[in-house]
Amino acid sequence: MNAKSSAGASPAPVLAGEAPTLPTGATPLIRLQGITKTYGQGQAEFQALRGVDLTVDSGEFVAVMGPSGSGKSTVMNILGCLDVPSSGAYQFFGTHVERLSRPQRALLRRHYLGFVFQGFNLLARTSAQENVELPLLYRGESAAARHAAARAALAQVGLEGRERNTPAELSGGQQQRVAIARAIVTRPSVLLADEPTGNLDSTTSHEIMDLIAQLNRELGITVLMVTHEQEMAAYARRVVLFKDGLVESDFSPPPPGEGPGERERLLRTPLASIPSPPAPLMKPLPFGIPGGEGSFEVVGATSREGAA
Amino acid sequence: MLWNALLLSLREIRRNLLRSFLTTLGIVIGVSAVITMVTLGNGATLAVKQQIASLGSNLLIVRPGQRLGPGRDSAGAANFKVEDAQAIRDQIGGIKAVAPVVNKSVTVVVQASNWSTSVTGSNADYFTTNNWRLAGGRVFYESEERAGKAVCVIGNTVKRELFGAQNPVGGEIRIKQFSCEVIGLLAAKGQSSFGSDQDDTIVMPLRTVQRRLTGNQDVRTLMVSVKDGVSSDKAQRQIERLMRERRHIGDNEDDNFNVMDTKQIADTLSGTTQVLTTLLGAVAAVSLLVGGIGIMNIMLVSVTERTREIGIRLAIGALEREVLSQFLIEAVVLSSLGGLIGVILATLASIGLSGLMHIPYLFNPGINLLSFAFSAAIGVIFGYFPARRAASLDPIEALRHE
Repeated sequence: MNAKSSAGASPAPVLAGEAPTLPTGATPLIRLQGITKTYGQGQAEFQALRGVDLTVDSGEFVAVMGPSGSGKSTVMNILGCLDVPSSGAYQFFGTHVERLSRPQRALLRRHYLGFVFQGFNLLARTSAQENVELPLLYRGESAAARHAAARAALAQVGLEGRERNTPAELSGGQQQRVAIARAIVTRPSVLLADEPTGNLDSTTSHEIMDLIAQLNRELGITVLMVTHEQEMAAYARRVVLFKDGLVESDFSPPPPGEGPGERERLLRTPLASIPSPPAPLMKPLPFGIPGGEGSFEVVGATSREGAA
Repeated sequence: MLWNALLLSLREIRRNLLRSFLTTLGIVIGVSAVITMVTLGNGATLAVKQQIASLGSNLLIVRPGQRLGPGRDSAGAANFKVEDAQAIRDQIGGIKAVAPVVNKSVTVVVQASNWSTSVTGSNADYFTTNNWRLAGGRVFYESEERAGKAVCVIGNTVKRELFGAQNPVGGEIRIKQFSCEVIGLLAAKGQSSFGSDQDDTIVMPLRTVQRRLTGNQDVRTLMVSVKDGVSSDKAQRQIERLMRERRHIGDNEDDNFNVMDTKQIADTLSGTTQVLTTLLGAVAAVSLLVGGIGIMNIMLVSVTERTREIGIRLAIGALEREVLSQFLIEAVVLSSLGGLIGVILATLASIGLSGLMHIPYLFNPGINLLSFAFSAAIGVIFGYFPARRAASLDPIEALRHE
């Protein structure tokens, strides 16, 4: 899996190994401040989140853990701009997401976020190639650009030669790879993974986690992953534990579990010794942000022009 | 964006070929039914008009007795005489031909075969008034008419039954006690709009029939053909006045005869078929509407069935209006595709059926266009509601949907 091989054809290429361009003191990628979420009304009122503060920087790999009902799914929905908080502020690169309209949030998802789900959520009876092309179709990319980018993304997740296969003709692990390819084909800033290994056996799970970790390392895609498996959380370099709608603990590196082996030891190498991931390329949103404190800066514009 | 939505919709239709086909079936049947009914109806109207024209154009038919109707009796009214025909010819302007006519049912024998038919006694004008053409031979000379000679011109059916493939001209037929020379053969006209065989006829000089068959001087009907460009209404009024005078009808008495204009009959009959066409078209239009509801059903089911897919699309960053237009375009593409197939099917069915029913096939661009446009409109109308529902789904709920 070589990021460079596909970079030229991708719409917004981010090359592995580029110098980090995130300016010091810049706005964090994600900042949650006092986020609450209440469902229902009156007697049936239920507070899923009760004041969550969380900051995630570009290039991080965060595992979100917690028992069911702890609010981890709710926070993921809010982070994924699928839902809005009842109160509190969610800044995505300085933009107040809670102030965006539904279409604006859709555009934010389209341009900056990639999703991977537990149930893969691929379109049935649709080839891997077409599944991966879908987000590009909504972006209005040309057919040629779509084909090239989708092929490159599929190659990146190790599915060369499987472009024509439909989900029914692929194994679970392969389906999840297609889903990952679909999530990264647009070169998102953030990959949101909701129990990506929940439906997979342990060997395949490790393969998928390797792939996600690699994408985080090599493409600098920030990964936010919900999981309830310690083993999978061990791939992350930061673990946020939720309980009763609040962040209970937020620690890094992950706790030493049962022997993760050579691969995991490498993953747990202190951050400083790993080349810093490049900042994602931020394009200004195609709409004005009402009341946004910051605006999207095109970070590393020179490097993009160089690659284009 | 529209192009994208079209692309997405076509992909979706291709993905579910069987379902798409079944969805479309209602529209296909509806559209083809409407077009076929209207096309056949138009063909039938034209056929009726043509058949009435074959009766004779600008033809006035004068009969004794009042116009048929409740409480009116045609019996007892005096028949016409040959002199009445002569009077019309002499005293009314713009008349092309006048034929006094009597009819009699007879059995005709040629060697071993016999055939029951109707003999018409008239003059040579009869061939003009009733639009008869000759397939062979000649019509009677005036001398033959005056002398009441036993000559006849036979229709195609009589020829077929009695002479088979032989040429009847110059042959002899026996009617009752006398034999009669065949001097001409009429060209076939086919069935009349009333379903009777117009070719099942024998035409003889009036005097021959009066003397040898009816045994009196009466004339049952006067056929009057008006010259082209002359108002048949005016001729009708003049004939009525003349006949009242000749039949000594007082000012406050009703006519004891009636004058019919074939143009009126034609208008009445084609009006009837037109009404039937409209009726059939309306019934077929209901089936088109039902087809539209079928599309709405399937689209609604497919919204439910595809809730998860819609969730995926929304999560990926599809806008509400993109999902809306995708579903809407899907419905429109499906229904117009159905419309197109319907038009093709209707054309084939109309050509085939009009051939079977012996009516002319008339391509009617109006109804084809209308049905197609209607089917597309059905897509918009019945596709909108499901599309609206799909677009307004909550992505989180949609993704959770099993």
